[in-house]
Amino acid sequence: MDGLRRHKSMFLLPGLLTLFLIIIFPLLFTIRVSLSGWNVSNPRMDFIGGANYAAMLHDSRFWASITRLILLAGGTVLIQYVIGFGMALLVWREARGRRFWRVLFLVPMMTTPVVMAAIWQTIFHESLGPANDLLGMLGLTKIPWLTESGPALVALMTVEVWQWTPFMFLLLLAGLLSLPKEPFMAAAIDGASTWRTFWKVTFPLMAPVSVAAIIIRLIEASKLSDSVYVLTSGGPGSSTETPGYYLYIQGLRDQQTGYGGAMSLTYLVLMIVTLTVVAALLTRAFKLKGDS
Amino acid sequence: MRSRLYPVFKYTVIALWACFVAGPFFWAMTTSFKNANAVQGGPTYIPWVQYKPTLTGWRNIFGGAGGIDVIDPFINSAIVTIAASAISLALGSLAAYALSRYRFKLGFIKNSDIVFFFVSQRIMPPVVLVIPFFYLLQWGGLLDSIPGLVIVTVALLLPIAVWVMVDFFNGIPREIDEMAMLDGCPPFQTFVRAILPNSLPGLTVAAMFCAVFGWNDFFFAFRLTFTEVQTLPQAVVALNSSIPPWWTLSAAALFGVAPLILLALWVERLLSKGNLSGAVR
Repeated sequence: MDGLRRHKSMFLLPGLLTLFLIIIFPLLFTIRVSLSGWNVSNPRMDFIGGANYAAMLHDSRFWASITRLILLAGGTVLIQYVIGFGMALLVWREARGRRFWRVLFLVPMMTTPVVMAAIWQTIFHESLGPANDLLGMLGLTKIPWLTESGPALVALMTVEVWQWTPFMFLLLLAGLLSLPKEPFMAAAIDGASTWRTFWKVTFPLMAPVSVAAIIIRLIEASKLSDSVYVLTSGGPGSSTETPGYYLYIQGLRDQQTGYGGAMSLTYLVLMIVTLTVVAALLTRAFKLKGDS
Repeated sequence: MRSRLYPVFKYTVIALWACFVAGPFFWAMTTSFKNANAVQGGPTYIPWVQYKPTLTGWRNIFGGAGGIDVIDPFINSAIVTIAASAISLALGSLAAYALSRYRFKLGFIKNSDIVFFFVSQRIMPPVVLVIPFFYLLQWGGLLDSIPGLVIVTVALLLPIAVWVMVDFFNGIPREIDEMAMLDGCPPFQTFVRAILPNSLPGLTVAAMFCAVFGWNDFFFAFRLTFTEVQTLPQAVVALNSSIPPWWTLSAAALFGVAPLILLALWVERLLSKGNLSGAVR
C-alpha cells in the first residue's frame, strides 16, 4: 500500500507542484500588494489597509469596463455558438468539398490574435481599408470604425467572432462526428422532419458538448485585452476598454501597482463567481431541454 | 422531403462564411505586395490590374532597410513554444495518468477537485499574473530570457495538457494496465511501455493545443522580455505601433501565422479520423 501511495504521488506531484508554485506566488503577491500604496512614486510594500478597495468602489471607469466585458463576452460567445454550430452542421455529413471547408473554417483560431488584430486594424481604416470600401460598393455610407464608440465595439466584436467561432466549430464538429447513428436512424424511420430531428435528437445529444464549449469560450473571452490593445487601445476615450486592458493601463503602464492589485483580485473574484453561476445555469438549462 | 432550394441556401451560407474567414488573409496577402503609393491610393485588391506589385514588404521583414528581422523572433518563438509544450505535456500526462487511474483523497479534496484546480488556472487573466511574474523573474535573474518565458508559458499550457489527457486516459481500458502489471511491470514502466504508445492521438491533440496557445501568447512576452528576447507576435505588434508601413506589417503577419495555417490541415485530418472526439467528451 505504501508503494502504491508513493507511485501515485510520483505521477501527480511534479505537475501539481509546478503549477501550484507558479500560481501561488502571484496570488499571494497580489493580495499583499493590493493592501499597499505601491505606485510609481512610492514603490514600497507599505500597508494602507483597504484604501485601494475603497477607491475602486468609486472608479466608474473600472465598473463600466466590467459591464462592457459582460456584454461583449456574452454577445460574442452567443454569436460564435450559433454560427459555429450552424457551420458544423452544414459540413458535418454530405457536403461537397467538406474537407476543404473544414480546414478553412478552422484556420482563424490557429492564428495569433494580436497579429490578426493588427491586420483587422488596417481593414477597418476609415479611408484606406476594405471594410468601408465594401460598404461603398453596397451603396452604404462610410463608418468611422475605430474612432466612434459604437462602431468600435462592433469592430471589436467582429474580430472576436472571426477569431474564435472556429473554436466552437471545432468542438461542436468533433462532438457531432462522435454521435451514435442509431437515434438518427430511428428518427428517419419515424419520418421526422429535418427540423424536428435537430431539436429532438441532435440538439439534446449535443447538450454536454455545447455546455463545455460555451463555458470554455466564456472563460477565454473574459480575459479579453490583447486584441483591444492592438485594435483600439481602449478608445475612442475609454469606450472599448475591458477590465484586462484597464488593469494594464493602471497597473503596468501607469505603475499604480497597489491599486492595480486591488482591481485584479476584484476582477478575478467577480469572474470566478459569474462563470460558476453561468456554468450551473447552463448545465441546468440544457438538461431541461434534453429531457423534454 | 427537403426543399429543392436547400442546397442553394446551404452553399450560399458556406460561401459567405468562407469569404469572411478568408478575407483578412486575402487582404494581408495583397497588401504585402504593395508600396506606399499603392496603399495611399485607397483599397485595391488585384495585383497588376489595380496596382503594381513589389517585393518591398517581404524584403523588409528579412532585414531590409527600415524593416525588421523576423528570423530571430521566429527562432525565439519556436524555442519557447516547443520547450513549454514539451514540459507541459510531460508533467501534464503524468499527472493526468495518476488522476485517471488512482484515487486521491485529502480531506474533502478528491480527484475531480484536483482536475478542476488544474483546469481552473485557465481562468487567470495574464494581466493579473504579469506583475508578480515580473518581480519573480527579476529575483531569479530570468527577466528578458528564454528560460523565464518558458516557465510562465508552462502556467498557460499545463492546464490544457491535463484537461485533454485526463479525458483521453479515461478512454483507455484499464485492462491494458493490468496486463502489463501482471507481466511484472512497475507502474512507471507500465505507463511508458503500455499506455504512452496507445496515447498518441491524445498526445497529438494536446500538443496541438499547447503549440497554438504557446505560439500565440503575446502578453507575457510583451511585459517580461524586452531587448534580448523578442517573440514573433511582439515583433509584429511593434510594427503596428509606429506609423504602420502596411506592406511590411502584412508580410510579417503572414510569415508569423503561416506555420499555424499548416497546423489547421493536420487538425482536420485528426478530426476526420475521429481522434478529436475524445477531447470534447
